[in-house]
Amino acid sequence: MVLGTYKEVVTARSTDKEIQKIAQDGGIVSALFCYALDEKLIDGAVVAGPGKDFWKPEPMVAMSSDEILAAAGTKYTFSPNVWMLKKAVRQYGLEKLGTVAIPCQTMGIRKMQSYPFGVRFLADKIALITGIFCMENFPFTSLETLMAKMGVSPELVEKMDIGKGKFWIHTADEVLSLPLKETHGYEQSGCKVCLDYVSELSDVATGSVGSGDGWSTVFTRTDAGETIFKAAVDAGVIETKAVNEGKFGLEMLTKLATQKKEKAMKEIDRRKAMGLPVPYKGSSEKEDPLANV
Amino acid sequence: MLAKIKEFLGMEAKPEELASKEEVEKVAEEKAKPRIGYVHLSGCTGDVMSLSENYDILAELLTNMVEIVYGQTLADVWEMPEMDLVLVEGSVCLQDEHSVKELMEAREKAGLVVAFGSCAATGCFTRYSRGGQQARPDHESFVPIADLVKVDCAIPGCPPSPEIIAKTVVAVINGDMDYLQPMIDLVGYTEACGCDLQYKVVNQALCIGCGTCAMSCQTRALTMTDGRPELTSARCVKCGICYTQCPRSWWPADRIKQDLGL
Ligand SMILES: Cc1cc2nc3c(=O)[nH]c(=O)nc-3n(C[C@H](O)[C@H](O)[C@H](O)COP(=O)(O)OP(=O)(O)OC[C@H]3O[C@@H](n4cnc5c(N)ncnc54)[C@H](O)[C@@H]3O)c2cc1C
Ligand code: SF4
Ligand code: SF4
Ligand code: SF4
Repeated sequence: MVLGTYKEVVTARSTDKEIQKIAQDGGIVSALFCYALDEKLIDGAVVAGPGKDFWKPEPMVAMSSDEILAAAGTKYTFSPNVWMLKKAVRQYGLEKLGTVAIPCQTMGIRKMQSYPFGVRFLADKIALITGIFCMENFPFTSLETLMAKMGVSPELVEKMDIGKGKFWIHTADEVLSLPLKETHGYEQSGCKVCLDYVSELSDVATGSVGSGDGWSTVFTRTDAGETIFKAAVDAGVIETKAVNEGKFGLEMLTKLATQKKEKAMKEIDRRKAMGLPVPYKGSSEKEDPLANV
Repeated sequence: MLAKIKEFLGMEAKPEELASKEEVEKVAEEKAKPRIGYVHLSGCTGDVMSLSENYDILAELLTNMVEIVYGQTLADVWEMPEMDLVLVEGSVCLQDEHSVKELMEAREKAGLVVAFGSCAATGCFTRYSRGGQQARPDHESFVPIADLVKVDCAIPGCPPSPEIIAKTVVAVINGDMDYLQPMIDLVGYTEACGCDLQYKVVNQALCIGCGTCAMSCQTRALTMTDGRPELTSARCVKCGICYTQCPRSWWPADRIKQDLGL
């Protein structure tokens, strides 16, 4: 269960050339939201939009495809998207809301849906959570430092990516990289106890690991997620192929998810032994030490 | 608490394992409707207003599922009767003899005492009371009800959402202890403040910058700055909702999976 409960896993990408050009991977997040907006399955989506500083995102309520596309691409720092959900419902008056969320954000939303203590009339307005995979995140200052280490100023950066053991930066005319060893110490510490790699509680989860360049790995998880994803595929907005089960496909994804969870479980146990709080069970308290509980 | 709920549902003779969900439902159906009381201390009636916002289930709830046997604004009854469950709204003013007495009496006469809303649960904005106002300048000290009586279950919120009230009522009727457990645990959370996010989450290396706290704050006392909650303490009413909703304070994984069908 290191990959969570799911109905189907495929390799997929947006069929839209423009999305392919600007998206991080297969453009699944953008394609799904644009499709859901067009079909009125959602009337807006909270995405990590551009902010005042280059590469420092601001949560944004996107109500058109143009706004969705303006937010495409991964920013390796905080975008407190959950914060914007209430605004989207109260101030924008949206009834059917989509949102992109890294696993921990999905956890905040799902907890609010199951236990909406102070959060009135919001839980039932979340129509689509597109979850993305996440190994770790970085404070913005860390990201600035990494760019500085690589000798590039933020406004020149066109894309950032983590893969094959390196942190990559693409500019208009070069590709730079930093071994992940050198990013250690710059990660957010709260990530060290995180037991979710592949957005286990989202409706549809997507990420790059497990599929080739320009393609994404996609899990459909909930009924709602399956319905929307299938409809988008049937409409020709997203194309799919069988996921690679082998070394560079599901095997790799399983390996990384397992590594993340094992490391987090160790840290959880260590913290518990020190008497520090952590909201998860210790390994001795649960049947499956790698479950997100 | 578990024993009390079972008693309340007429299952006291059965060991827990033997009482299946269907049985509990059946018992709930056959049993006399739970007698619910409502005690209004130093609150604003917002909590009971929120209950009434469950438009689609309210008529069914009040006519077929429960019996309201006591409560200002709800029933014309002067003597407090025996109750299966009492919802207490508002904190207690220590200088108001009548409030203290009513709370004590409610504890005696009710099987289960529920701190209903943040004023009852955490003191909420009555934490700022400090007396010196006409007509009772001596009315100065307001405390959450758990400071004076044993509380069984807390439903914080300023006010609690209509949905959490509905979910709680259904869980009580079905004897769904798993669902109620966080509310039983929250009874101990009486000293709440927006600064808990800093003390109990950020200081403890747990914050992940998700923004759930800022989203759930009912007074917009919180914003997110560089991925961390930032509190404008002058706006904070000490309702405790931000910390309660934070995914890094407590984590109901099994319930979420069940709710999602995963
Ligand atoms: C912090 C972080 C770590 C990640 N780690 C991994 C990993 O280890 N392995 C892996 O396979 N994939 C990882 N991903 C996911 C991957 O980088 C892509 O986001 C994902 O594959 C979606 O690509 P896409 O082409 O479908 O999305 P696009 O169509 O390009 O859209 C990306 C969407 O993500 C949103 N977004 C961007 N940054 C953030 C952010 N910081 N927080 C919330 N939303 C954001 C954008 O607003 C946009 O809507 C990570 C993503 C993030 C944000
Ligand atoms: S590793 Fe976990 S806690 Fe950290 S940003 Fe990713 S999902 Fe959130
Ligand atoms: S809700 Fe999210 S952002 Fe707020 S304190 Fe908790 S982890 Fe941090
Ligand atoms: S910050 Fe907001 S949610 Fe938190 S205790 Fe204060 S008023 Fe309540």
